[in-house]
Amino acid sequence: MSVDLATVKRVARLSRIAVTDEEAERMMGELNGILGFVEQLSEVDVSGVEPMTSVTPITMRQREDAVTDGDKAADVVANAPATDQNFFLVPKVVE
Amino acid sequence: MTDLTSLTIAAARDKLKAREISAVELTESYLKAIDVANGALNAYVAVTPDKAIAMAKASDARLAEGKGGALEGIPLGVKDLFATEGVHTQACSHILDGFKPNYESTVTGKLWGEGAVMLGKLNMDEFAMGSSNESSYYGPVVNPWKAEGSDEKLVPGGSSGGSAAAVAAHLCAGATATDTGGSIRQPAAFTGTVGIKPTYGRCSRFGIVAYASSLDQAGPIARDVRDAAILLKAMAGVDKRDTTSVDLPVPDYEAALGQSLKGMKIGIPKEYRLEGMPEEIEKLWAQGVEWLKDAGAEVVEISLPHTKYALPAYYIVAPAEASSNLARYDGVRYGLRADGRDIADMYEKTRAAGFGKEVQRRIMIGTYVLSAGYYDAYYLKAQKVRTLIKRDFEDAFHAGVDAILAPITPSSAFAIGDKELAADPVKMYLQDVFTITVNMAGLPGLSVPAGLDHKGLPLGLQLIGKPFEEETLFKTAHVIEQAAGTFSPAKWW
Repeated sequence: MSVDLATVKRVARLSRIAVTDEEAERMMGELNGILGFVEQLSEVDVSGVEPMTSVTPITMRQREDAVTDGDKAADVVANAPATDQNFFLVPKVVE
Repeated sequence: MTDLTSLTIAAARDKLKAREISAVELTESYLKAIDVANGALNAYVAVTPDKAIAMAKASDARLAEGKGGALEGIPLGVKDLFATEGVHTQACSHILDGFKPNYESTVTGKLWGEGAVMLGKLNMDEFAMGSSNESSYYGPVVNPWKAEGSDEKLVPGGSSGGSAAAVAAHLCAGATATDTGGSIRQPAAFTGTVGIKPTYGRCSRFGIVAYASSLDQAGPIARDVRDAAILLKAMAGVDKRDTTSVDLPVPDYEAALGQSLKGMKIGIPKEYRLEGMPEEIEKLWAQGVEWLKDAGAEVVEISLPHTKYALPAYYIVAPAEASSNLARYDGVRYGLRADGRDIADMYEKTRAAGFGKEVQRRIMIGTYVLSAGYYDAYYLKAQKVRTLIKRDFEDAFHAGVDAILAPITPSSAFAIGDKELAADPVKMYLQDVFTITVNMAGLPGLSVPAGLDHKGLPLGLQLIGKPFEEETLFKTAHVIEQAAGTFSPAKWW
């Protein structure tokens, strides 16, 4: 399978990465190179094979259902580019 | 007085305990060495001298009382992927500009708990995506090794290029690193150092910036096998904050060194004999076989039939996980923000400005293979192939093989800015052809220096083990090290 320019732009949009027409052209070549390379997996017969979900056979541990953390609003927003009273600030989303 | 930076961790540990040297003296020697070398090598992206001296003073106080942990007073470097409280943690990406976490990764926390001293943060490929350390926002790391009679700057490998270069150039006693597809073992091979990627789940991933969560694993890079064993013991262990970390006792890896290989069965996978493989690599591999036979091991040929599909399967699974993990960099919660006309425009411009080319490429591939209509053809298929890759190894181990000996890289270190590799991403991906199977199967893999090539550059051999049998790798690597010796670059910086 290979991707055309429209698909590259659609994937860029889904990825939330702004691309210029020029960049999309370059990416199309690179992505098709990679997709061409992974194409060889079609040679492998995987009928009856379970997809891997974990490399270790160990079952996931569950912890006690208890509050172990909290009251850290200032820590949570400490690295944000724009905040006000422990809220994240973003461009207006509702008119 | 001899240069204190020439001491291995084991040697420094003994001298510190005996109070022949102080942790402050040792730390100052490293800070001086970094000061002299870092302009040329670019191994550190942040040096923390005040913190280092304060930690060393505290170590000296503990040592004076006859106390202290397993790494008391030992100065280490930390890959920029590990969260270190209040200190530069940016995965060498522009998008994490200014990020200083207010928490510590479990692995680094354990090291400080054993008394280790932090020298600073080490350069790496952006978000650990790369095999040459050239995708770092902070520029490439220069390998301390140069080919004989050449002044050409070489890559240290990647993604843990800063860790490997700093260890080889004695800019730290040892370093933390991570390995998703070969990022500990390939740079270790390129710099004549020892690196181990332990079994998936052996070390906690808490506080390590995520790339591909089902493959990422932390491990050490060190000057010799003993130092790597000492470091891994301190780094490993179960952690409540990482449910994939495994609750098994951490053995004393150092105690495995010097144990006999008699009765051991070593597998040689025939699929690793690639067409067009340099004769030197083939010869080194054969030499490794001889060393292990001399030590009493039995060597048998084995088959891992799905080997060639590991790399293409990886380039579906890893980008898919990366595209999801890296969705959090949105210009809202941390790091860089570019202005936009609305919130979607802000996201898109932030991510276009903040991510480098290779990272964008992998996010795009990952988004594509997970998108509606393609999931089964790519992602599900790759996860099934992954099951087959793991089964290959299980079959070999069931047949009685204790460990596998293989090459680690298709060549020695290449030049910074290699045009052929830069022009074709897939060519660069082939750097990891021998290492990636191990991540796909979650197994432990160790890279040990085994010789120099015709250019005088280091080459390594790889040992692959059963899950949680790192001890077997350490004792086998120790035999190779005893036979091959250790290798240090000539100082030019």
